[in-house]
Amino acid sequence: MTATATLKIWRGFDAKSGHWQTYDVPFENGQSVLDGLRWIRINRDPSLAIRFSCINANACKECMIELDGKTVYACTARLVPREMQLGPLSNKKPVRDLVTEIAPPTERLAER
Amino acid sequence: MVRAPMQAETDVLVIGSGAAGMYAAIEAARAGCQVLLVDRSLIGRGGATVMAQMTVAVALGAETPDSWNDHYRDTLKSGRGLCDEALARLLCEEGPECIRQMDGWGVGWARKNGHIAQAMAPGHDRPRCVYVDFLNTGPAVSKTLRSVVSKTPGIRKIGDLCVVDLIRGGDGITGAVALHLGSGAPVVLAAKATIVATGGLTRLYGRNSASANMGGDGYALALRAGASLIDMEFVQFFPIGHLAPRLIGMDPIMWDPFRYKLGGRLLNNRGEEFTQSYGVAEDGKYVITRDLGSYAILKEVEAGRGSPHGGAYLSFEHCSEAALREAFGPVIDRLAANGIDLTRMPVEVAPIAHYHMGGIVVDAHMQTGVAGLFAAGEAVGGANGANRLSGNAITEALTFGRRAGRSAAAYAGKMSAPPAVGRDASAALDLIAAGAPARDLNTAAMVQTLQATMQENVGPLRNEAKLRHALGVIDRLAGELGDTAPAGGAFDMQRFEWFDLRNMVLVARIVAEAALARTETRGAQQRDDYPRTLPEWAINQVVRLQNGRVVFSGAPARTQAQAVAR
Repeated sequence: MTATATLKIWRGFDAKSGHWQTYDVPFENGQSVLDGLRWIRINRDPSLAIRFSCINANACKECMIELDGKTVYACTARLVPREMQLGPLSNKKPVRDLVTEIAPPTERLAER
Repeated sequence: MVRAPMQAETDVLVIGSGAAGMYAAIEAARAGCQVLLVDRSLIGRGGATVMAQMTVAVALGAETPDSWNDHYRDTLKSGRGLCDEALARLLCEEGPECIRQMDGWGVGWARKNGHIAQAMAPGHDRPRCVYVDFLNTGPAVSKTLRSVVSKTPGIRKIGDLCVVDLIRGGDGITGAVALHLGSGAPVVLAAKATIVATGGLTRLYGRNSASANMGGDGYALALRAGASLIDMEFVQFFPIGHLAPRLIGMDPIMWDPFRYKLGGRLLNNRGEEFTQSYGVAEDGKYVITRDLGSYAILKEVEAGRGSPHGGAYLSFEHCSEAALREAFGPVIDRLAANGIDLTRMPVEVAPIAHYHMGGIVVDAHMQTGVAGLFAAGEAVGGANGANRLSGNAITEALTFGRRAGRSAAAYAGKMSAPPAVGRDASAALDLIAAGAPARDLNTAAMVQTLQATMQENVGPLRNEAKLRHALGVIDRLAGELGDTAPAGGAFDMQRFEWFDLRNMVLVARIVAEAALARTETRGAQQRDDYPRTLPEWAINQVVRLQNGRVVFSGAPARTQAQAVAR
């Protein structure tokens, strides 16, 4: 029997209209939460939105989310074989699923 | 949804905010231009620069006497006969100025006895590589340039903008059409001059050491805009990318600095050093070049002497804990958090896609063959020939970025008003608008399939059967992708990945076709069916689009005749 991480993930465009969705992810020792999210996109639901670019180096700083209510980088938070609740940053404007508006105001399209 | 798209106007548009793009933006703004710096990720944090761990090659002469001529000679030698000499010369000759300018901006190059420290790296004839401790070169370079960009008047920054196509007017390139990721809306960027600084194509490979935003999109943009690409078969694999045990929060190329400082031993599964069997005895030092290192490791694996996960062992067990801690400070604790104690265990390493020597054809002013279109950094092809000398990538980004910024500013300065884009943007806008409803395309799985196929078949060890297999998979993916993106709104990953795949599939096909046509072994291209380096292949293959078809030129006359006969 292989171990499983159960990821309970916030889906939706804003705090009011969203819902929690649960995915079981095969667990391997040493994986990151981002590994789990990428597994879900490839094997379960490619529509899941998450921001990342460097994948593993913790250099791009894009994959910030809330894990059980605490802010983490998905690429350095370890996947563990239990239920883990993943939501968007609650202090940032929600964009979609786990994606929030994290760019400084001077780097956004609408604002100058 | 018939609504006029958002518009922005500028003198110089810079696409990509790694070191090349930021340096270009700074230089163009200092020349008096309004600059628009766009990136698909956060400004100054994506791309390859931020991932650089250590070396930046530059003939400062701070450690030992040195001149750009010596750096140039090593660069040409590493390039295995294929370097564009004007570009290689620019990199080596202007490198010292850019490195000193970065020093003045406070990047913090490591010091030794009061001077900038320069480390020995494989392929160099003397200690030439500057760095920022510990494993901090890329982040420090990015941070420094971000800060200068912010302080330089005239630069507007917009992140979350994924450029879909360049706009081609009657007299040249007049800007770009982008997709804003956050809203899913199209944006027209009108510009007098445009610089492509989007980096390379390492995302095409399953194991890679750069950001997921480097899928060769700049090559595809330039190609569709009428520019040519060169040397597309030459993908550099970094020999000792981390393989096992699983390590999080660290870049997989992190072992390079350890090897610079402490040597380290590459071992097969018998515990034997093996590089001497491939012509390079290391003897506790780090001397093997990237092409030969990748070849040696994969050949050991093929012969059944690989490590459990399919690579080689890298061991620092002969180093004391004190020596390791002196060389790497807090990094030792980060390794311990991952369960790795270098004094007691080796790690496993294997080749990992790291850099692309090929790219957009430019002259020494970074001008492409298309008016108004410039390129900079890794997006440019030719400076590094068939194999890049270690440490040349950041130097290339800085020197080429600076030159591109100046050239684009001079070009833009000759125009009075921003170009009228008008109907020239309509093809790209139509592509964005024409969303096919509810296509259930698993774009994430398609990316993974492409990456696995490229890794296995268009990696460091190639042959005709593998390359033809890859081309078959690429054809199938192109068919699945079709001509229309799935419809979608804010941060729709399947929609973005469709636009990414549109570029990735085009560029992957070009890499595989160029590799297939080159019936020899040279630098990063190792063909087991053509194991020799052939004098008639000491030439560059160039590719462009003709009536929507990919056309190669530059192959030796004899080979072209054979290709036609087949």
